Amino acid sequence: MSEAITHAHDAHGHADHHGPDKGFKRWLFTTNHKDIGTLYLTFSLIMLFIGGAMALLIRIELYEPGKVLLDPEYFNQMTTMHGLIMVFGVIMPAMAGLANWMIPMMIGAPDMALPRLNNWSFWLLPFAFSMLLSTMIMSGPAPDFGWTFYAPLSTTYGPKSTDFFIFSIHMMGASSILASLNIVVTIFNMRAPGMTWMKMPLFVWSWLVTAFLLLAVMPVLAGCVTMMLMDRHFHTSFFNAAGGGDPLLFQHVFWFFGHPEVYILILPGFGVISEIIPTFARKKLFGYRFMVYATALIAIVGFVVWMHHMFTTGAPYVAQLYFMYATMLVAVPTGIKVFNWLGTLFKGSITFETPMLFALGFLIMFTLGGFSGLMLSLVPADYQYRDSYFVVAHFHYVLVSGSLFTIIAAVYFWLPKWTGHMYNERLGQLHFWLSVIGMNVTFLPMHFLGLAGMPRRIPDYALQFTDFNQICTIGAFIFGFAQLIFLYIILRSCFGKKQDHVSNQVWEGAHGLEWTLPSPVPYHTFETIPHVS
Amino acid sequence: MKKGSCMRHLISQLLLSVSICIVAIPTLATPGINMPYGVTPVSREIYLLHMAGFWVCCFIGAIVFGVLIYSLIKFRKSKGAKAAHFHEHLGLEIVWTTIPFLILVALAVPATIVLKHIHNTDESALTIKVTGYQWKWKYEYLDQDIHFFSNLATPLEQINNLAPKNKWFLLEVDHPLVVPVNTKIKLLITADDVIHAWWVPELGIKQDAIPGFINENWIYVTEPGTYRGQCGELCGVYHGFMPIVVEAVSQEDFAQWTTEQRPSSVVNQSKKEASLSTEDLLKLGKAGYERSCIMCHQSNGEGLPPSFPPLKKSRVATGPLDSNIAFVLSGVPGTAMQAFGEQLNDQTLAAIITYTRQAWGNDRLNRIHKNPIVVQPNDVAAVRQSKK
Repeated sequence: MSEAITHAHDAHGHADHHGPDKGFKRWLFTTNHKDIGTLYLTFSLIMLFIGGAMALLIRIELYEPGKVLLDPEYFNQMTTMHGLIMVFGVIMPAMAGLANWMIPMMIGAPDMALPRLNNWSFWLLPFAFSMLLSTMIMSGPAPDFGWTFYAPLSTTYGPKSTDFFIFSIHMMGASSILASLNIVVTIFNMRAPGMTWMKMPLFVWSWLVTAFLLLAVMPVLAGCVTMMLMDRHFHTSFFNAAGGGDPLLFQHVFWFFGHPEVYILILPGFGVISEIIPTFARKKLFGYRFMVYATALIAIVGFVVWMHHMFTTGAPYVAQLYFMYATMLVAVPTGIKVFNWLGTLFKGSITFETPMLFALGFLIMFTLGGFSGLMLSLVPADYQYRDSYFVVAHFHYVLVSGSLFTIIAAVYFWLPKWTGHMYNERLGQLHFWLSVIGMNVTFLPMHFLGLAGMPRRIPDYALQFTDFNQICTIGAFIFGFAQLIFLYIILRSCFGKKQDHVSNQVWEGAHGLEWTLPSPVPYHTFETIPHVS
Repeated sequence: MKKGSCMRHLISQLLLSVSICIVAIPTLATPGINMPYGVTPVSREIYLLHMAGFWVCCFIGAIVFGVLIYSLIKFRKSKGAKAAHFHEHLGLEIVWTTIPFLILVALAVPATIVLKHIHNTDESALTIKVTGYQWKWKYEYLDQDIHFFSNLATPLEQINNLAPKNKWFLLEVDHPLVVPVNTKIKLLITADDVIHAWWVPELGIKQDAIPGFINENWIYVTEPGTYRGQCGELCGVYHGFMPIVVEAVSQEDFAQWTTEQRPSSVVNQSKKEASLSTEDLLKLGKAGYERSCIMCHQSNGEGLPPSFPPLKKSRVATGPLDSNIAFVLSGVPGTAMQAFGEQLNDQTLAAIITYTRQAWGNDRLNRIHKNPIVVQPNDVAAVRQSKK
């Protein structure tokens, strides 16, 4: 890498920054971490609106009992696609985009360690998702077995398009593995002198842990879908009971990937919050060391709790007990995180700019999602909650007001640094309040629906569930509308008239290497390696 | 001083009213907003555990959000708050690691006890095998030699908004599971095709039905009544349309019900093999079609291709009769087309096949190809015999 930099300098013979290529080629061939970060974030934003439109279709169908708009088969395709797109197409690429943009700037590196690999890991994604989405226009149903694609519904009984789904999962997996490999190598090798492990910003720490999680579990997912492919076409019986296989094996393999996956979706967000709260509380992060330990502990425990997704499958008593206790333990390090954020806020000097609002919204609503998670860990109660709308409410509280809110907070937080323009604060606040209201109106009533006995993934429901479903649908449209404001704010600060100028530090309380760089950040940064004291 | 006490009074009033509201919410509005208390010992234990978990969360939430809101109000820069410089405290870290841990232990104890109770299926007086099929349930009373299928009873017109909806829209079946009260009933739960889950909230039971596995669970209903549930695991297109209805009756009524059921439950009775008139066959066939076939093949016979092929002008329904009967008897493995030979008796099958060979213009095609359009129970019995 250092050779490449020297070479660039020699070729130009002077110190100023050479700019990017022009037009389409810039984006297709780029090896610049900022460009690739932008690509990831743009891709994720597009996917957010596609997946969101699907969510709205689902909510329209559920507005009242009886068929409203979609037939049941199309409804199942929508729930499946919505889940896959939001998990693999929105949250993961957005986190990867933030990592690409911020990790080199935070550790004082000129770029990612493996820039060409970086290009490839992004460009796999549009192809993977084009393939997945193309199943919607094929003859025959698109994947319609839920994002968890349980066998044998997805193997023996899966539609023909399942093979496209399998291939696109393979591509997404390859993309994630390569990206996380790059992140691990970058963090290990490219930290500026003086940037010791325990001086690393928490966002970098969180991503380091996340990258290891990805490296460990994405191959498991790949193995899982490969076994599906074998069952479908090569006469194996991994998951087929009639051939001596085991449908439960599928769930074990899937959730061995799937549970660490939920920490993959949230840990980088924890990192973002740990940057934002100290900035706007104007106070150093409380208990830095314990935050690092807690992150690692969550990741480790995350590997050994997968069967709590399978409590109703008829597991033996002792197995259920172990997985219940282990799952409850996750609450301890998560609690440490929340308490340390509180400790940071306590006796701070707090202001409420949009990133801070989203961070606080995260703090409150993620904790609520954590509470329902704690209730779900109690196996007997889980018998009633499992596969009901209570679970739907739980995971939307931790993924929408959890992961998605942290991503939005991060965008507001770093957008002025990326573009050199402050976003419109008034619109940002409007976006926040509409999002919070829409989110709670949508997902809070789902707890009640689930407790009253409404199963998830049904296109039509009994009359007693009507009222709450209508409230949910209204909330979903408020939330959807709020994200259009978000889009407008982003577009305006990227392409709008340049009138304001933001300082290097941007926020009064901001600390860290990235805030020593000019805003907007030049195309190449830290060509002279900084020293961290 | 006076102002302070007034303030304190106000705060205590506020806290009191808020806590009354919180207590009142789950108790006042239990149906439709909270988990049902239920009618089995297990459902009640689960309810109490659920409420214990809920209150623990409320307690922790009150502390966490209390500190948060206090900080957000008190330490605002606009109110002139200056940031302190502390950023570590080992004691605090130990405290907020230990206390949550102890709370969790306190919650784990009752959960462990209830779970042990759930797993104890010993000393049951009655055993019922529950089998999930793509979009219906089969109940077998293993000791009484009774077995039947339980299908959704809500007509398609109501689902398509062409008729006013029943009170128990999508929660009604043609043959409910009938169980005696105050009897420990062991359920053996499995599936024939994909994974389903047998869930009745008021009985406190949800158990996955997995092909190739037999899961055990049990119910002990203490109050007579009708209890409704649904399939709890995505099982294909009509996952939302396979409800469960359990009727709990007194032990005497149950004994009477079993004697009534036994003779009629035997598939292929000799007296039903008598030939029927075409009109009767068509009438019976239409009713049978609407119960067993309509969800996939639709009332106009056009199906929902490509998942559910049409019967109108299909090669099967307008082809040779014997292969048509064999097709319906054995189904198509790996698709929603089940082996109806196991599910329906010869008379019903003959009627449905007659109906499908005549409806939607199929009779005209069959006449052109000189294929029979009337099927008698004996024809079905003959094909059934030849397949053996």
